Amino acid sequence: MAGMNLLVNSKKYEIDGAPETPLLWVLRDTIGLTGTKFGCGMGLCGACTVHLDGDAARSCQTPVGSVGAKKITTIEGLSTDRSHPVQKAWIAEQVPQCGYCQSGQIMQAVAFLTKNPHPTRDEIDQAMSGNICRCGTYQRIRRAIQQAATDAA
Amino acid sequence: MMATATEVGRREFLRLSASAGAALVVSFYSPAKGRAVQSQPTQNGLFTPNTWVCITPDNQVTVLVEKPEMGQGQRTTEAMLLAEELDIDFSTIRIEQAPTIPDIYKSLSTGRSGGTRAGWESVRKAGAQARAMFVIAAAQQWNVDKQECRTQNGAVIHAPTGRRLTYGELVEAASKLPEISAGAVSLKEPKDFRFIGKPLPRVDTPSKTDGSAGFGIDVRVPDMLYAVIARCPHFGGKLENFDATAAKKISGVRAVFPVPPLGFLDICGYGGRNLNTAGGVAVIADSTWAAIQARKALKLQWDKGPGGNETTDSLRSVLERQGTAAPTFIALDRGDAGKGLDKAAKKIEATYELPFTAHATMEPMNTTVHVRDREIEIWSPTQWANVIQDEIATLSGLPKNKVIVHMTLSGGSFGRRAQWDYAAEAWQVARQVKKPVQLLWTREDDIQHDFYREYSYHRLLGGLDTQGKIVAWSHRVVSTPIRPVFDSPESLKDPQHSAEVGGADSLPYFCPNIRLDYAPAPSAVPRAWWRSVESSFTAFAVECFVDELAHAAARDPYEFRMDLLHEDSKAPSGDGPDTRKFRGVLQLAAEKAGWGKRLPAGWGRGIACHWSFGSYVAHVAEVSTEKDSAVRVRRVVTAVDCGTAVNPDGVRAMAEGAINFALTPVLGGEITIKDGAVEQSNFHDYQVLRLNQAPDIEVHIMPSTDPPSGMGEPGVPPLAPAVANAIFAATGVRVRRLPVDSRLLQESLYQLGGPPRSGEQICFRG
Ligand code: FES
Ligand code: FES
Repeated sequence: MAGMNLLVNSKKYEIDGAPETPLLWVLRDTIGLTGTKFGCGMGLCGACTVHLDGDAARSCQTPVGSVGAKKITTIEGLSTDRSHPVQKAWIAEQVPQCGYCQSGQIMQAVAFLTKNPHPTRDEIDQAMSGNICRCGTYQRIRRAIQQAATDAA
Repeated sequence: MMATATEVGRREFLRLSASAGAALVVSFYSPAKGRAVQSQPTQNGLFTPNTWVCITPDNQVTVLVEKPEMGQGQRTTEAMLLAEELDIDFSTIRIEQAPTIPDIYKSLSTGRSGGTRAGWESVRKAGAQARAMFVIAAAQQWNVDKQECRTQNGAVIHAPTGRRLTYGELVEAASKLPEISAGAVSLKEPKDFRFIGKPLPRVDTPSKTDGSAGFGIDVRVPDMLYAVIARCPHFGGKLENFDATAAKKISGVRAVFPVPPLGFLDICGYGGRNLNTAGGVAVIADSTWAAIQARKALKLQWDKGPGGNETTDSLRSVLERQGTAAPTFIALDRGDAGKGLDKAAKKIEATYELPFTAHATMEPMNTTVHVRDREIEIWSPTQWANVIQDEIATLSGLPKNKVIVHMTLSGGSFGRRAQWDYAAEAWQVARQVKKPVQLLWTREDDIQHDFYREYSYHRLLGGLDTQGKIVAWSHRVVSTPIRPVFDSPESLKDPQHSAEVGGADSLPYFCPNIRLDYAPAPSAVPRAWWRSVESSFTAFAVECFVDELAHAAARDPYEFRMDLLHEDSKAPSGDGPDTRKFRGVLQLAAEKAGWGKRLPAGWGRGIACHWSFGSYVAHVAEVSTEKDSAVRVRRVVTAVDCGTAVNPDGVRAMAEGAINFALTPVLGGEITIKDGAVEQSNFHDYQVLRLNQAPDIEVHIMPSTDPPSGMGEPGVPPLAPAVANAIFAATGVRVRRLPVDSRLLQESLYQLGGPPRSGEQICFRG
């Protein structure tokens, strides 16, 4: 099988394997970037959210062979020191409990705010409802997104 | 925001404590009162405590925390308690998870919302003790009376001369001092608290915003393989036949073999546990994906077993029947409920039903195991690491000290990780290969092989006198009891199921004639603890029924409750709740919510309260019904009395989380059974609460100087009844079965001639 080239967090990787393998497992098992999480494997929970050229994508539903030259960003590549405004807002609002869903939540929020820097509450609700948090940090997620939007303004 | 303490790796801690020839190590037992504090210098590398505080000459304070971190903020709370009495800057503390070393750490576990309660005395005393030793060491060095010395932020100060020595400078001298007994140290007065009671940032927040927090699923060991198991979907059934020809052809597959189911495991000291693993066929591969693909390619034939005919409907008819059958256990019998009902001016009857519900932790179950020649190493996201160690030692026949368990972070638990099944399965799989293996559960495995919350059914009868006071109360609880998970088949012959009526047996409302009894309903479906355990269903029945009685008495449901919570309503059983505290939270919640104020048309407000794990919680929920009869919970105003709120922001987070968690079985999905198997499989057919359904939440904390009580769970029980009572206020329709079925709600509204409000009560599905 031909090797595939991936650009993950500005680093090049050459990957062997079946092109239909979901990007999620390539990131976690092959490359060793475990910040991206497995939650459902069906595109229903958002735990596996990464960016492809800045757009939010569910990596469990993204065959690695379909990525091509698109730039992949994972939670590890968002910043080197938690300095991204969304990460800062997440810390200020003390969002995480168990923390398992939060990589996906943050990646979803970043992509969303890039497209819509001044969202209304309804827009936040809509954009974030594909990401499940079983610990129930939803109210704090709403606040953190509003906070990040204000900080960026 | 205040700087916070930080987490460190264990290796760093061990290096620190090993190289520090002159470290002061204070060690203590968390749960055992009375012998709480012990101190031992780092001699011979031998310790017998179960939590360490280590202070080194560079002024570094490090704590090893025994309790697992599952999202509840345990690490932060323990650091706060320590910093308070040791008198150091909270932000300089470093925190690490204690390793599982038998005979050293004995309590790597938590449960029953007990984390903060366990450390309240012992952790503070350890801090006070270390502080006292530094004061003595400084006084000796200066040759002054220790009464003239005080501490400030990690240093001892001699007040008359202004001399100052840091704890680091005193470590060597302090570590040579004789032990100070627990009784010899006194703790701070609450008015002097510097950290306790302040909302402090959690120590684990940073690592949970950059992907670096390590969960069980993130364990990566050199050369490791990945496994999944195709489990028998029918509870109590077994593998009949399988064909792995196609599965083995998938690239990356290393091995395919059957694994037998595991039942009751007797472990001395724990009373044993029914591991309840389904058994099936394991697939080991080079990657998770290859293992999942190969599992799909297996051809499997199952024997459905004795539970193969069970369906939700068949179970429901058993529950209904048991609602009027002879009880197997009478929990309360005060006065004469039967006579009281006969004589009552008004008699009300209602039944409530709560089906199975799943934990669905965000991180699916998993465990990594490496079976070596005479040693086993385990990495597990568990609530009880000590038990995993005992379990695997028992299963493998190895001595306990040859079983090394690393307790990783857990991606949620809610009671699920108090079970031992997934670690046992991982060992079953890993013993077949010479390499470390990570067993992963997919979401489908998780939804279909949980230990679900009991299916419960409640029949309540209440009598009112002519003044509208409750004169008789009778509550029959029927459930699929959880005892089979922790009791041996032998002891199960005793029909008592006292745990199943928990919460209903501490009825705080005054009533002269009370009867509470129980009848079980058998089922093959595995059940166990679910966040707030039995209170999560008994509170629904009790608090909805009180609301129905208030309505029948033509009283406001808030005032009706307040009137019945008078001093004479002594708790019927043992350590009952304090009615003053109940009134306190009800009043606070009602006030803050604007109880009695007008709401838009189609909206309703409901109230409910409950006492569990020592804490009092009252919720006021506001709901609206939409055009399609979908119910939206708009706002929840909460009042909690949890004693001292060590970290108020942590208390708020737990209350918010509990409310959202409790909304899933109200607005979301249910677990249904067909052919003795679960019909749902993932988040499309088992709907959990999503952000667009999450209400605004306001949490109000009652000021208190009492010792802290539990906070992980108490927010759950009163939520479902508060919402159901709000739906009644909005529509005139009683919700007596969860989850709320909007189609049935619509039909009921149609029968009532549409919203809003009618006196008539209609229940769903009987
Ligand atoms: S794991 Fe990809 S959406 Fe759930
Ligand atoms: S923080 Fe635990 S699932 Fe979101």
